[in-house]
Amino acid sequence: MQLGLAARDGRIVSTDENKTAPLAVRGLTVTYGEKPALFALDATFEAGVMSAIIGPNGAGKSTLLKAVLGMVSPVSGDIRAYGHPVRDVLDRIAYVPQRASVDWDFPARVIDVVLMGMARELGLLRPIRRAHRDRAMDCLTRVGMEHFADRQIGQLSGGQQQRVFLARALAQEADLYLLDEPFAGVDAATEKTIVAVLKSLRDTGRTVVVVHHDLATVSDYFERALLINTTRIAEGPVADVLTPDTLQATYGGRLAQAQLAQILG
Amino acid sequence: MIGAEFVALSLPPILIGCLAAIACAIPGNFLLLRRQALIGDAISHVVLPGIVVGFLVTRTVSTWPMMLGAGGAAIVAVLLIESIRRAGRLEPGAAMGVVFSTMFAGGVLLLEQSDTSSVHLDVQHALYGNLESLIWLDATGWASLLDAQALAGLPPELPRMAITCLIVTGVTALLWRPLKLSTFDEGFARALGLPVRALSLALVIMAAMAAVAAFDAVGSIIVIAMFICPPAAARLMTDRLAHQVWLSVGFATLSAILGYVLAGYGPLWLGFDDSVSAAGMIATVSGLILALAAGFGPRRAPRSA
Amino acid sequence: MWGLGYNAALVATGAGLLGAAAGITGSFLVLRKRALVSDAIAHATLPGIALAFLVMVALGGDGRSLAGLLMGSALSAWLGLLCVGWLTHATRLSEDAAIGAVLSVFFGFGILLLTVIQSLNLGRQAGLETFLLGATAGMLYSDALTIAIGGGLATLAALVLRRPMLTAAFDPGYAIATGLDVRRVDLAMMGLVMAITVIGIKIVGLVLIVAMVILPPVTARFWSDRGNRVVLIAGIMGGLTGLVGALISATAPNLPTGPIIVLTGSAGFALSLLIAPRRGLLATVLGQHRYQRQVHLRQGLLALAHGHPVYERFTLRLLIRAGLANPDGTATETGRAAAARALLDESRWQVLRADPAQEIAASHYDGLRPIETVLTPDQIAQIDARLAPRPLT
Repeated sequence: MQLGLAARDGRIVSTDENKTAPLAVRGLTVTYGEKPALFALDATFEAGVMSAIIGPNGAGKSTLLKAVLGMVSPVSGDIRAYGHPVRDVLDRIAYVPQRASVDWDFPARVIDVVLMGMARELGLLRPIRRAHRDRAMDCLTRVGMEHFADRQIGQLSGGQQQRVFLARALAQEADLYLLDEPFAGVDAATEKTIVAVLKSLRDTGRTVVVVHHDLATVSDYFERALLINTTRIAEGPVADVLTPDTLQATYGGRLAQAQLAQILG
Repeated sequence: MIGAEFVALSLPPILIGCLAAIACAIPGNFLLLRRQALIGDAISHVVLPGIVVGFLVTRTVSTWPMMLGAGGAAIVAVLLIESIRRAGRLEPGAAMGVVFSTMFAGGVLLLEQSDTSSVHLDVQHALYGNLESLIWLDATGWASLLDAQALAGLPPELPRMAITCLIVTGVTALLWRPLKLSTFDEGFARALGLPVRALSLALVIMAAMAAVAAFDAVGSIIVIAMFICPPAAARLMTDRLAHQVWLSVGFATLSAILGYVLAGYGPLWLGFDDSVSAAGMIATVSGLILALAAGFGPRRAPRSA
Repeated sequence: MWGLGYNAALVATGAGLLGAAAGITGSFLVLRKRALVSDAIAHATLPGIALAFLVMVALGGDGRSLAGLLMGSALSAWLGLLCVGWLTHATRLSEDAAIGAVLSVFFGFGILLLTVIQSLNLGRQAGLETFLLGATAGMLYSDALTIAIGGGLATLAALVLRRPMLTAAFDPGYAIATGLDVRRVDLAMMGLVMAITVIGIKIVGLVLIVAMVILPPVTARFWSDRGNRVVLIAGIMGGLTGLVGALISATAPNLPTGPIIVLTGSAGFALSLLIAPRRGLLATVLGQHRYQRQVHLRQGLLALAHGHPVYERFTLRLLIRAGLANPDGTATETGRAAAARALLDESRWQVLRADPAQEIAASHYDGLRPIETVLTPDQIAQIDARLAPRPLT
């Protein structure tokens, strides 16, 4: 895959692709004030694949997820999940926000947070039954947090908090998982656990999209990558996308040659 | 003290005080957790212009126009705060300060300009209320509680406050899950498709309802204090939301009863003739409870980040 | 002076000076996002006023000496401030909760003390209620003088302290690094707010004094992005508001000073909110619409250049209206030229942004800005040289 123009022109989103893709974004522009966070962004995330969204700070990575989920309203653009407006298929999408986006001092236990993932099926007043609790415990077990169910969330370490968030997303039982920087500030063991869980999701046919900031691990964790810096720089299989040219175009002068060499092996 | 006189003179104000305190404390818990504690403050400031407008429009000192005016003012204030915050890119505190001081100033000016001296409508009343005057003249003793004719003579504030309290409790119970979820993690709540905006509006409207009904009975000091102090004290005692809400209800009730009794009988015990402001005493007691919780509450410590 | 009484003129001067001091000091408070601390301070003065009255009466005075009452109010405001600090730092409560708690409890306790004073039947009405809403009518000459002098001193202090306060408010981390004692600056700032409150309660009343501290800076914020300017404008705004408000209220008997001053300030705020250039509501809405149109046009042109269909109706409508596209979605002659230009511009930007040596120039990229506004023709020629060998389709 080539740099810039070629990368842009190499792809033409066919209408068919949009109809089936778990997530397709076309011409998305989002601004905060006068400066765009995203400009005319096109991206397609393929089914049953783990994809990374990569770019420097302020490149619009989190904004992309927020726009997808309707938390910010775009200036222009079209976003579809499984061929429908996202609003209509929210029950098929699980979301893991940035850990720092909530107040962990909130009065709740770990199990309470996981049960929040079932909010749609529980509705307003349906009682929480044994089956729900068992499922929540199962989600906690998958992230290795089953012994913390009754712990106050403020007492958890950063890595444990992140795992609870992942367990909550698992409880949503979705087809498309959107994760915003799940590896930020977590310990190595947590990172390993999260990757294992995500891979098992992919292996059962789910689609995983992760906003990722560690270039060194991209090729280990992901099959595909989307490089953005306000606009799309490149998109495709990781091996094709991570080239000196595209990385330079994404990160500008911020990436030292030595780092580049390391990332590209 | 627990005799016929108590039933006639003290029971109704104590009950009204408790109901008002509880109705404010329950939404206060969520406002506190959402860092919107001062919305309660703002709402109770704009109640004054609301009732003045309600009076000027209808020219009568009847309850409903005034309560409608107050409720309308509260909602206008909340919408104004939100739009000024967005449009002017201001911090919420500054936006609140701008809106409530402007509306309060407008209310005072209207009051001065209009001929309201003949009616019982003044700033003092808006601030302290008049809990002590809410007596039950038809009561002759505990038996009156079962006497339909005597019950009809209850101060109208009592059933009104009871209904308000019931509505606030019911709505909170109904919306418990989405309220809890959107308070903890608004982004996730949106991603689930919950109507986050509508929920926070519902919360504010509930708070406004409680404030307006309570203000009419007890004045705005109690309202502000009860929005914040009992939930804050409860926050320092527990790490479970449900426990926190129950505790805040307990603290609110305790403040109301203790405050009323101390205001009514305290000075007598000290050898003075007159009682002191019950509203002021209730606010003071709630502050003391908060101070105790802040000094000794098991969950008082700030989280080491 | 303008047919006003000597007292009224003095009060107006005092209100003007007080407004200036409040505007300057309030700027830092608002910048630090602690605007409502001033509300807690104001409400916390009430028990001090009542206690000072009781103490003065107990000592045999008549209890109405303004200086004595103000001293009492300052003491209890200080105590309230300490409580806000204690609740915020020693417990998990956030500052807004602490402010609300202190505000309501101190105020409630103050009301309690007022009823105590009433019930003690001290022979004369204490008139302490005037502190709630302020009252300048019937003010003694000495009171007016106290206010004028106090206002002048507060303005002076605010002017002297403005540099360290600005540094501390704008970037506390940097301030600490440069050796500035931020805690002491904060303390001085709170001290100033307290002084302003104490002087102002007789004029504006303690319920409304918060407006004098908040309104000028949030109004000034609409007119400038630069810290120094905001402070200056807020000072002038505050001064004018105080002076004009006090003068208006002196023209008729039932125009209470406090509310009139506040409403004067609110009018200034509302006007600025609407019409201020760039940050005002009108400018923002118009700007957003213009921006949205530009974005759609640009994206439409790029789609035309690439031969993609234009998906969004709004985009197509804009293109047609600008004579760039035909109703069937194909480009017109001018449209083709414009599309080619847009594509060339975009391609140049892509090259520029990929060049690590050009990071600063590349940071101007916003999807709309023509590259000619950033680079010289020579630089563009260099880019074109690198662009040429690449296939354009």
